[in-house]
Amino acid sequence: MAIWRSVPFIAAALVLAPVGVIVSSFFAPAGDVWQHLLETTLPLLLVNTFWLALGVVAGTALLGISLAWITAVYEFTGRRFFSWALLLPMAMPAYVTAFVALGLFDFTGPVQTALRAWLDSDLSWFPDIRGRMGVVAVMTLAFYPYVYLLARNAFLSQGKRSLEVAQSLGFNRRHGFFRVVLPMARPWIAGGLMLVLMETLADFGTVAVFNYNTFTTAIYKAWFSMFSLPAASQLASLLIMIVFAVIVMEQQFRLRMRYAENKRTERAQRICLTGWRNWLVTGFVLGVLFLAFLLPLLQLCRWGAQSFAQDFDFDRYLEFLWHSLTLSGLAALLICAAVIALVYAARRYSSPATRFAVRIATIGYALPGTVLAIGVYVPLVWLDGRLSEWLAGWLQVETGPLIQGTLAIMLIAYLIRFMAVSHYPIDGAMQRITPSIDEAAMSLGVHGGMMIRKVHIPILKPGIFTAATLVFVDVMKEMPITLMTRPFGWDTLAVRIYEMTSEGQWEQAALPAVTLVFAGLIPICLFMRQTEK
Amino acid sequence: MLKSNLSRFPIAVFFLFSLLVVKPLHAEEVVVYSARIEQLIKPMFDAFTKETGIKVKYVTDNEGALLARLEAEGKNTPADMLITADAGNLWAAAQAGLLQPVKSAVLENNIPAHLRDPGNEWFGLSIRARTLIYNTKKVKPEELSTYEDLADAKWNKRLCLRTSKKVYNQSLVAMMIAEHGEAETEKIVKGWVANLAVDPLSDDTRALEFVAAGKCDVTLVNTYYFGRLMKKDPNLPLAIFWPNQNTNGVHVNVSGAGVTRHARHEQAAVKLLEFLSSDKAQNLFADVNMEYPVNPKIAADPFVAAWGGFKQNPINLVKAGELQTTAVKLMDRAGYQ
Amino acid sequence: MDTVLLQLNNIRQAYGAQVVIHDLSLQLQRGQIGCLLGPSGCGKTTALRCIAGFERVSAGAIVLNGANVSSAGIFVPPELRRIGMVFQDYALFPHLDVAANIGFGLHRLARAERERRIEELLHVVHLASVAKKYPHELSGGQQQRVALARALAPKPDLLLLDEPFSNLDVSLRERLSMEVREIIKNQGTTAILVTHDQAEAFAIADVIGVMDHGEIQQWDTAFNLYHCPANRFVANFIGQGVFVPGRVIDTHRVEIELGVLSGVIPQHCAAGCQVDVLLRPDDIVHDDTSPLQAMVIHKAFRGAEILYTLRLASGAKVLALVPSHHDHALGGKIGIKLAADHIVAFQQPEE
Repeated sequence: MAIWRSVPFIAAALVLAPVGVIVSSFFAPAGDVWQHLLETTLPLLLVNTFWLALGVVAGTALLGISLAWITAVYEFTGRRFFSWALLLPMAMPAYVTAFVALGLFDFTGPVQTALRAWLDSDLSWFPDIRGRMGVVAVMTLAFYPYVYLLARNAFLSQGKRSLEVAQSLGFNRRHGFFRVVLPMARPWIAGGLMLVLMETLADFGTVAVFNYNTFTTAIYKAWFSMFSLPAASQLASLLIMIVFAVIVMEQQFRLRMRYAENKRTERAQRICLTGWRNWLVTGFVLGVLFLAFLLPLLQLCRWGAQSFAQDFDFDRYLEFLWHSLTLSGLAALLICAAVIALVYAARRYSSPATRFAVRIATIGYALPGTVLAIGVYVPLVWLDGRLSEWLAGWLQVETGPLIQGTLAIMLIAYLIRFMAVSHYPIDGAMQRITPSIDEAAMSLGVHGGMMIRKVHIPILKPGIFTAATLVFVDVMKEMPITLMTRPFGWDTLAVRIYEMTSEGQWEQAALPAVTLVFAGLIPICLFMRQTEK
Repeated sequence: MLKSNLSRFPIAVFFLFSLLVVKPLHAEEVVVYSARIEQLIKPMFDAFTKETGIKVKYVTDNEGALLARLEAEGKNTPADMLITADAGNLWAAAQAGLLQPVKSAVLENNIPAHLRDPGNEWFGLSIRARTLIYNTKKVKPEELSTYEDLADAKWNKRLCLRTSKKVYNQSLVAMMIAEHGEAETEKIVKGWVANLAVDPLSDDTRALEFVAAGKCDVTLVNTYYFGRLMKKDPNLPLAIFWPNQNTNGVHVNVSGAGVTRHARHEQAAVKLLEFLSSDKAQNLFADVNMEYPVNPKIAADPFVAAWGGFKQNPINLVKAGELQTTAVKLMDRAGYQ
Repeated sequence: MDTVLLQLNNIRQAYGAQVVIHDLSLQLQRGQIGCLLGPSGCGKTTALRCIAGFERVSAGAIVLNGANVSSAGIFVPPELRRIGMVFQDYALFPHLDVAANIGFGLHRLARAERERRIEELLHVVHLASVAKKYPHELSGGQQQRVALARALAPKPDLLLLDEPFSNLDVSLRERLSMEVREIIKNQGTTAILVTHDQAEAFAIADVIGVMDHGEIQQWDTAFNLYHCPANRFVANFIGQGVFVPGRVIDTHRVEIELGVLSGVIPQHCAAGCQVDVLLRPDDIVHDDTSPLQAMVIHKAFRGAEILYTLRLASGAKVLALVPSHHDHALGGKIGIKLAADHIVAFQQPEE
């Protein structure tokens, strides 16, 4: 089936187009910008970026894995509530957490101000929230759900059993966890961490709030401040190569291992925590949830209430909300469908070439938003122009641009950016479909499209739900692509937040931000109803 | 069975897409790409539509993205006009051949020469003055004099600055280079960096709050940020100081606009531009954000006027664009983050 | 040294209100292979998991090697019990090759010693040739032996096997079960196996506990389970056979349709008491000269023998195992006679 065979390559080509636009400038002369960067800021940027990436990956690993393990294996007060509530921070954009954190804990914020008044001290001992630790902390709190979600999947399906195997071989629980459970869950954890790494490297909003200079800020600076698109593209190309190298290394590392899940898990008998252990765990989980979600939400609500009277326009907000939900919903549908096709084709016609194509197809996530937005926009608009010219010559009608200024261009751009996000969970689920399942189905006369519908889709369903939720929430938070490709009048909640924050009016941004958070809760709650049943 | 299902899939997707294709209507309208946010342009557009019947369609985005977008769209661009919040990006747009010259006596008459492009490709519409704000409890106005003076050691650990990544600071430094030359300016910027009380902040409001909280004594901001903050809390110990009054004047930037090279509604766009420079719109344009009108005949909002008059730096803003890259590099060298 | 390795004293286990194990006791001698045999849901796997330490008991005690490892208030974690376990799904580590899987539990040994032990086990389970392969590259039988080797490697006091052959096809099961018994015996390990397949249990175990409803119905050798079942459930569950009604004549004789049997009869039965008598297929032999005739209503060819289902004059059905050269057509009559040397009889359940 030629069409299926080519799916990974089509997907890779889609992603390669913008990447190509960016990388093609690699050998273009960038003047003395490079020389300048090398002599001045680049060394520091690299150090900054390295520590940021390392810090956030380590932080999200620690937080995501520990929370996943706690909620997957133990029973403690509020476990049911926490196991889904811990996903809520996904609905909170990192830049929002960032400005709330600064608003609260910076020198001029209420916490330090009150402490200064109370202690009558200059508070010089107070940690500088605007420093590296602050950025790392904020991003860790914002991104840990990626790791939590994927690691929890792994732990729920095999955690308890792995631990038992380890114990039967003489390891205590702690050693068993590190020696057996963690290595077994590695593909899932690595998937989550890869998303975190890409998101961290691509982030502009959060680091801008902290004025923390990274590789990505350098790209923006070269482009927007020094008007050197070649230099910006070259920096971006380097970023792509770094991420690609990490992905390929990870891939090579686990090439020979196949992680099919254990076929059957017995009724998960949770380990009951009692006494101080119970309260310690509950306190820890509540603390994370408070810092990552409740506190920002409360602060947003407080600010939102202040600006409510002057800014709130019901019809307008309804429109923002509608646009946000529609776009995210359409994007989630399209991207999941595309990724299912991708994963299916890659499985069916597995070869080094297809595997490589799939890797390429998922690299869009690592690109800073605006860079990717341009990279996507340039070839699409070019194609559109050629197409309309061709139509004009052929049909003798002036069609004008066909997809430019339509939702289609947005959706394609989202597809390119967010394929990675839905790839990890769907691919993980696909690994559960062993060849024998296919054979069993075929022996019962079920094959082709019917097999996909009746056998694969139901097995893939949890993965698809995870993927759709992640994409939905991510698209809703996304700014640069939305800003650049939206049709006239298609302003979303994220656009509104951009407009408010671009002038530094964080308090004004609270109202759309709160709305965004609540809208983001819809898919998360739906998702939870599906998985916690 | 399998085959028909599979071939139906792409067709269905294509069909879905084509449903989403909305063809633009060719009514009388102007299409604007704006880096000035919706709240700061919509009132003028509404007034324009009310007066002329011409509809205004707009999208907002940041400058860099809009420029890149115009460039990518080429002659297929739907945009007739580009609005930015600074002169440097207008210069860059003109430089990239994205704008076209507009010959209009109305514009020449309404807008002072140093606030518009000598080649008539872009025009300033409101003035954004970048001035000094100090903590009234810690600084006497007599201590203050010029931007350059902030490099003096007496301000050690007393200065707060916004990040050098913001174009306002880049324009300021570019204009200083135009005046003092690169070597001299670099010395001044290095002096600023040496005097910083905290690492550069992400925006002007933050800088003002730090001054108000006493973390630093003086900062450099656009006046409307000061205005906004004072409106919210009039009791803050902050006051405005107009620097360089005995020398070349206060650094001003503009929020401005130009007509795109491939504009389809060129006449309507020019009409809108002229309208924005007119008496009717000038107050709206400036007052909505507590900026100053470019048209010297129009008075500023009373709240803004109460801060007193000031002498503007008369060097043409085209320098802000021309020297922006030089300025950025200079700030990098000086260690201004 | 105590010869008893494992002792379960009246253990009870429950998930909330649902009691899985009611009252289970057993004793396993050092070097023996025990088996818990029963239909699915009888609690046998739970009992195994209690012994392993993956579940806690709510009453009773588990004594391993003379030490109480689990009772109310006492709980020794699994890793300190010196047990090895072969899981039903093998639970091999997909990220480790065969040798590393086997060596996994040897983390306390020095490197050289560990290598030696792995080498030894690879030979014991005949997997030396695939030492560097990964689990997914192995056949089901090979995976099973890796799991066994991995569990045996640390020389556990007690080896637990949870339905170890259920994922294998039948032909492989028989061969492997004998192989596994040999390996366990050679290693001198004590083991407990859980299964629902009596052929498997008979092939491997020295002593078998038939379980139902969370209790052990009978803890005995295979021979005794078959020939002297302790109750109706065991009689039904083990082997083939049918019950026919009979009447107690005196303290050691019962009369049934086919004649009179002598042996031990249920204690509460006086003369005249009505009982059900278990007749195994081998209790009835073919005899053309016998006056007792029965009609063939079903037959199953077994190679050396044919298993006939016969209808007696009264309508009662019995089974008979007959050498296969005696081939009778369905519906035909054959002569049979009773060849039982003891009685297995239970009082008729009261209606």
